Amino acid sequence: MADLSVNFAGIRSPNPFWVASGPPANTAYQAHRAFAAGWGGVVWKTIGDPIVNVSSRYSALNITGARMLGFNNIELISDRSVETNFREIAEVKKRWPNHAVIASLMVETRAQWHEFVRRATDAGADGVELNFGCPHGMCERGMGSAVGQQPAVTEKIVSWAREVATIPIIVKLTPNITDITSAARAARAGGADAISLINTLSSITQVDLDTLVPEPNVGGASSHGGYCGPAVKPIALNMVQACAADPTVGLPISGIGGIGTWRDAAEFLALGATSVQVCTAIMHHGFRIVEDMLEGLQAYLDSKGMTRVGDLTGRAVPTVRKWETLNLNYRRVARIDYDRCIGCNLCHIACEDGAHQCIDLVAPEGRGTGPGRLPGKPIPQVREADCVGCNLCSLVCPVEDCITMITQDPGVPEMSWTDYQEKLARGEMPPIPPHP
Amino acid sequence: MPTGPKLDAAAIATNMAEIHPPLSPAAAVVAAHRCLFCFDAPCIRACPTGIDIPSFIRKITTDNLAGAGRTILSANILGASCARVCPTAVLCEGACVLHSRGESPVEIGRLQRHATDYVFERQLQVLPSAATATGFRVAVLGGGPAGLGCAAELAQLGHGVTVFEKRPHAGGLNTHGIAYYKMKPDVSLAEVEMVAGLGVEFRRGVEVGRDIPMANLERDFAALFLGFGLGGGRRLGIPGENLPGVVEAVDWIEQLHTRPLDTVAVGESVAVIGGGNTALDAVNQARRLGARQVVVIYRRGVDDLPAYDFERQLALQGGAEFLFYTTPVAILADAAGAVSGIRLAATRALRTGDPELDRNTAQVMAVDMVIKAVGQEKPGAILRQLLPDLALNPDGTVRHDATTGQTNLPRVFTGGDCANGGREVVNAVAEGKRAARSIHALLTGKAVTGPVQSSRAGVTGNPWGAGFDQPIRVAPVARKHSSKEDAHGGPVR
Ligand SMILES: Cc1cc2nc3c(=O)[nH]c(=O)nc-3n(C[C@H](O)[C@H](O)[C@H](O)COP(=O)(O)OP(=O)(O)OC[C@H]3O[C@@H](n4cnc5c(N)ncnc54)[C@H](O)[C@@H]3O)c2cc1C
Ligand SMILES: Cc1cc2nc3c(=O)[nH]c(=O)nc-3n(C[C@H](O)[C@H](O)[C@H](O)COP(=O)(O)O)c2cc1C
Ligand code: SF4
Repeated sequence: MADLSVNFAGIRSPNPFWVASGPPANTAYQAHRAFAAGWGGVVWKTIGDPIVNVSSRYSALNITGARMLGFNNIELISDRSVETNFREIAEVKKRWPNHAVIASLMVETRAQWHEFVRRATDAGADGVELNFGCPHGMCERGMGSAVGQQPAVTEKIVSWAREVATIPIIVKLTPNITDITSAARAARAGGADAISLINTLSSITQVDLDTLVPEPNVGGASSHGGYCGPAVKPIALNMVQACAADPTVGLPISGIGGIGTWRDAAEFLALGATSVQVCTAIMHHGFRIVEDMLEGLQAYLDSKGMTRVGDLTGRAVPTVRKWETLNLNYRRVARIDYDRCIGCNLCHIACEDGAHQCIDLVAPEGRGTGPGRLPGKPIPQVREADCVGCNLCSLVCPVEDCITMITQDPGVPEMSWTDYQEKLARGEMPPIPPHP
Repeated sequence: MPTGPKLDAAAIATNMAEIHPPLSPAAAVVAAHRCLFCFDAPCIRACPTGIDIPSFIRKITTDNLAGAGRTILSANILGASCARVCPTAVLCEGACVLHSRGESPVEIGRLQRHATDYVFERQLQVLPSAATATGFRVAVLGGGPAGLGCAAELAQLGHGVTVFEKRPHAGGLNTHGIAYYKMKPDVSLAEVEMVAGLGVEFRRGVEVGRDIPMANLERDFAALFLGFGLGGGRRLGIPGENLPGVVEAVDWIEQLHTRPLDTVAVGESVAVIGGGNTALDAVNQARRLGARQVVVIYRRGVDDLPAYDFERQLALQGGAEFLFYTTPVAILADAAGAVSGIRLAATRALRTGDPELDRNTAQVMAVDMVIKAVGQEKPGAILRQLLPDLALNPDGTVRHDATTGQTNLPRVFTGGDCANGGREVVNAVAEGKRAARSIHALLTGKAVTGPVQSSRAGVTGNPWGAGFDQPIRVAPVARKHSSKEDAHGGPVR
């Protein structure tokens, strides 16, 4: 049985699953419930000078019946007193000495950063997470993403924390920036031990077409919010990989953004995360989801012969390459399994109107009969010579394993764009003619 | 025409195909995604064994099928059978919140089968073995669902368990009585093997009272669990009842489970006496074995049928006919001594009590086989012999404490049909499990709390999801059953 415990920049945790800083990490009561359910760590709801929240705080993107695929909030940092938060962190740490408790912090001045880092350490926190990510409310006051978007400011503030910190410093990055690695490098330059990403993306989820006010509606007006949940996972994976692949960053990563299952978590680990954090999925379903996450990750690691979580961390990072190194001579084409095809013809129309016009509708005779197909009804057929292998039809097809992309042997050696440019320059080959 | 096999093996195999075939992996994921993952879900409460249904369904969506199987089997050791034989429409699926949205419920039974099939096909050991042995030995008398539920739980709690089973195979009616098109006996036998794998010793072919005296068991074991089930079928008490073409439904169904199906005799025209689920199971199996005509003879009206509505629909789809307000008064034989007909009389419903017979209306219907399904005997007679001091209820079931399963004899516990008078497999398992926890508390002084169901953690009142709650909400199909105490026995004569 694989060992699920992790050592994240010196912070030990029985498993890589942490509750992200947010509503589920607001109180000692919740931390107790989280640990009892099986979570390995809790990143406390961001502590700072107490704020006041509005009523009506969330909105969501629902798509064809699936609820909360995207989630938006205009909440600020903790609205509880600094004393209460640190007292409860101490209580939780006492009851769960082997679990990770991390204090998320957001303050303004150097003196305040010194004070809050010290108080977190005194409370027994295993580490601090500097919240430079919140895209609303706090940045207007020169905190949160206002810090995270300016590498120089990031570096300065991290260095203030570094001056007094004896426990690991994690810097939480905002995705609302063009190049995430510049922020990560700044964190490192300031002395951070690790980074966590992503915080929420600036968003407006929808407009109520009767009132013409976006949601969440606060007495007739709304505000720019922070976006998270399953919909942001691809963005988060991209940024995690970018940081993991960059040797000038070189810090352990806590992956965040859209994680709800062990599969999501495993993908973050494979792209370079050492631990993962979850907020929205807990807000949706409760702490109980971790049971499946633990079992599923364990079973996956066992099935792959990996003995610890660390064996998975970063495994997929090197398979993400620069585009110009990919093999231009690699070739795959779509193939339809007529015993599965239900005759919906969605692949035909997708290719016809949205791709390269190489799926014809032909008489069905002699091509097997998939379930539910009417006799004589035309069925799709790929003209393989014209297929560019874009994958669109296989993505559109509603039947599992009906359209597969078949790799073909091109009969010529590998050649990347870079190789191609070099060969052209050396006059070793004529230009590849443009697509007709 | 004399009774005998009617169809060849291939035709019977087609007819007896499972009415609820397995889901394909892709279909299972789609079905699983329909679940809302309710917290403290009504389906959990509607399940007598309290399976954490939303959790196992979520695990199916992430392809964590071993974990899904563990969630199921840790609550219900016969989860694979129950996936096939439970009347889900009046249990978990009847409670699904999707009904309130005007949708069909989540297909919990088939999803449960999907997960447990995965575990059984790969012979995965998903249940942890006992942490430490307690040194106590407990005897489980009767290897049916109740006995297995009790034995599995006791073994997981660290007790030594011996099951005494009079038949050559354990599993009780789950092995020998379930309608063949719902489940084949090998599913039940695989479950027995799984229980054996938990360290339970089986002594098969040992009838308590005949092959081993009760006194020895009382002497050698720290506690006893009575899981004898019900006795043989009740008699009609009419002329011709002992003719060769007249069979007990339960005995006849047992033949289907113990010999090749194409050797089981069935009539051309069959009369089935009784209106319970056993009667309708007999009807549906007789038709599938090749009976041309099957007539249900029931002495009350259609709204009084104790069988579940979906069983009646299945019988109607299979071409069965129903004669209501009718009762048999004699079974007739031809010169060769074979059943040739049944004399019937009309009944009149009375405000209370049994319907009244109107002898003037007698008429003869030509049949060559009669299947009796008017209920099984309660175990009172045999129990009075085995344990003279055991307190019984007036109807012959074992008197017991409803929350612990304890009888008036402090070291003797009970559950299943012999205690509840005849309910479902899942009730028997739940009552066996409940008794096991009570036995554990009696022997060790420790209460069992858990395993914690993640979907109920923190629910006040019953935080551990012990699963003995009654259904809190049941869909309309449940029409009448809740008031019937004898669903499988048919009307009491
Ligand atoms: C025809 C029929 C169809 C049914 N269909 C369904 C269905 O589809 N779904 C459902 O949920 N329920 C169904 N049931 C009900 C279900 O089978 C029972 O509720 C359940 O099997 C009861 O379990 P039990 O362990 O109490 O008793 P049983 O299953 O009767 O098991 C008792 C066991 O004790 C053994 N035994 C008895 N006396 C002795 C002795 N002296 N010494 C040793 N061993 C002994 C017996 O051989 C038997 O193995 C059906 C019942 C019948 C009769
Ligand atoms: C309502 C809400 C409040 C949040 N508050 C904080 C916070 O106080 N500090 C912080 O660092 N991140 C906060 N976050 C961001 C989350 O920690 C997390 O980075 C983000 O939601 C992405 O993860 P997810 O997709 O699992 O939700 C908040 C998120 C939500 C939805
Ligand atoms: S009641 Fe229905 S929707 Fe709710 S958890 Fe159970 S199966 Fe899922």
